[in-house]
Amino acid sequence: MKHLHEFHVDSVVYLDDRGEPLDELPHQAKDTQRTLAAYRNMVLARTFDSKAIALQRTGKCGTYPSVLGHEVIGTAIGQSLAKTDVFVPYYRDQAAHILRGVSLSEMLLYWGGDERGSAWKACPEDLPIAVPIATQCCHAVGVAAAIRVRGESRAVVCCVGDGGTSKGDFLESINLAGAWHLPVVFVAINNQWAISTPRSIQTGAETIAQKAIGAGLPGHIVDGNDYFAAIEALDNALERARAGKGGAVIEAVTYRLGDHTTADDATRYRSAEELREAWEKDGIKRLQNYLHNAGLWNPEKEQALQADCKQTVEQAVEEYLATEAEPPTAMVDYLFDSLPAALASQRERIAEKYRGGES
Amino acid sequence: MSKPDVRDVTLVEAVNLALAWEMEHDDNVVVLGEDIATNGGVFRATVGLKDRFGFKRVMDTPLAENLIAGTAIGMATQGLKPVAEFQFMGFIYAAMEQIVSHAARMRNRTRGRLSCPLVYRAPFGGGIHAPEHHSESTEALFAHIPGLRVVIPSSPQRAYGLLLAAIRNPDPVIFLEPKRIYRAVTQAVDNNGEALPLDTCFTLREGEDVTLISWGACVMETLQAADKLAEQGIMAEVIDVAAVSPLDRDTLLCSVAKTGRAVIVHEACGNGGVGAEIAASIAEGAFLDLQAPVVRVTGYDTIMPYYRNEQAYLPEVGDIVQAVEQVIAL
Repeated sequence: MKHLHEFHVDSVVYLDDRGEPLDELPHQAKDTQRTLAAYRNMVLARTFDSKAIALQRTGKCGTYPSVLGHEVIGTAIGQSLAKTDVFVPYYRDQAAHILRGVSLSEMLLYWGGDERGSAWKACPEDLPIAVPIATQCCHAVGVAAAIRVRGESRAVVCCVGDGGTSKGDFLESINLAGAWHLPVVFVAINNQWAISTPRSIQTGAETIAQKAIGAGLPGHIVDGNDYFAAIEALDNALERARAGKGGAVIEAVTYRLGDHTTADDATRYRSAEELREAWEKDGIKRLQNYLHNAGLWNPEKEQALQADCKQTVEQAVEEYLATEAEPPTAMVDYLFDSLPAALASQRERIAEKYRGGES
Repeated sequence: MSKPDVRDVTLVEAVNLALAWEMEHDDNVVVLGEDIATNGGVFRATVGLKDRFGFKRVMDTPLAENLIAGTAIGMATQGLKPVAEFQFMGFIYAAMEQIVSHAARMRNRTRGRLSCPLVYRAPFGGGIHAPEHHSESTEALFAHIPGLRVVIPSSPQRAYGLLLAAIRNPDPVIFLEPKRIYRAVTQAVDNNGEALPLDTCFTLREGEDVTLISWGACVMETLQAADKLAEQGIMAEVIDVAAVSPLDRDTLLCSVAKTGRAVIVHEACGNGGVGAEIAASIAEGAFLDLQAPVVRVTGYDTIMPYYRNEQAYLPEVGDIVQAVEQVIAL
């Protein structure tokens, strides 16, 4: 028998559950400004999240997917992406969106049933939220191929859930990224649950990251609740991609601390004990402890940050609630670049029916 | 002015000519698909493009239709104009989610921030004794989806002009090529980069007695039927719909207002077909002009038979003539 090749998947964690370094920290830890900015973003994302859920519960927002447990990996993605890179999200990436410049009121508009919630002004090349599972992976390789065709030093980050890695879209896309040597980093956010389907049912593979090997890409595992592990892996993978050295798959291991969406009740399928254990690994608390131990944070700063985040969110909510719905004619106005004759009479009918609602 | 470049070409050669013209004149145009680069496509539609424009713009993909559709979407959102080939329409269904949920919706769901200026090309239809899954006509599936244009050429000249228009159009276009007439005739095509309009039917023959409405390969039999009918003194107007969605109802209704009779001919099965939409449009918009019921001559509502029986499935000249005689008699 001939021994052909050996493969490996590395797994990285720097901070333990209490925020104590387990090892020498990566160079990213020396950038205290960036680390503090990361912490603030995580807290803002979590503050936004609880408000969005409250809005849904009081009938002021539609079905909404909580970001609880994804704040750390989302923040690391947002920080590692350069403005000129392209982000291809799924639907639980609020923390990354904030750093891309998507406004909180735009996010509320999207989940509040308004298409303008994806008309992002700050990141015009980023793809909108993808609801059909894993379909965005194919777009990500297309965006990366466009970058390669034009010979640019840019890269793409594509998010997908652990459930999404079961779909052909993910597997076909990582396969193409390997075959075409594309500058795209897939972040498989393994939060253990796809609605009620546990990670163990998604695949018999020991890890999700190892699927990268079959596609000809490097696969890495990071503790998705460890900011330093996440930011190091993303910085490295993006730097490599921008330099034309190809893509990667990063499996970010975390836990979905909330329900799948506001329409779900996770107590039906998972135990309180499991949830309690997951909270002990919470990445925000972990980073806060680290910052506190490093002398970079204190209760006063925490109090000020909480107040500040609350105010920012309240302001966004006011803006969202004050935004009037588009006129019903908008439903045909963006279908094509210009309105085909075949639709003109239907547009007139809508305008006639809702006369006065025309802009 | 340079000398006109007029060539006698088949429909599939016209496709190749249009692709080459547009790649030459717009660096954003790229083509991708299975076997399209070095091999030049199984029908030779992309032959020579790799040598002229290189692998960077002429891309052989892995064998994954869903991936081809989605990759083209990603490219298009960044301003490229991809022309993606599905080797046969029978294999396009794996890509339906990408086409329906993303390509067709990208402009609308981002309120114009991003768009999908792409073309999905696919050979379709029967009549070439192909294996199973290689002969269906399912244009109605796509015509039903808001946000898609569905365009079907029926001659070399229209293949050239409509494909140029499809590539230049800022929205997604499903461009279905009737492979039964890929090499049926040659026609002089002026390779001058001039596109045809996408939103209009083409009136191929004028007449006063009946309007024959068709598209794709069936336009050939429809024109032959019109010749036969003329021998009997029945003057048929023949319209090639060409863009089955969005549909140019005005041209169709004006013609029916003139002739008072309409026969719709298409290869796809009748149930839920584009012909049904046209018949309904005529009923809504020209009912008082009608002197006879609208009649459809279509494929049967069954699975496309394997090739020993495919001719029995396809609408024939005699079927069209008979349908016209029936509506004239009323």
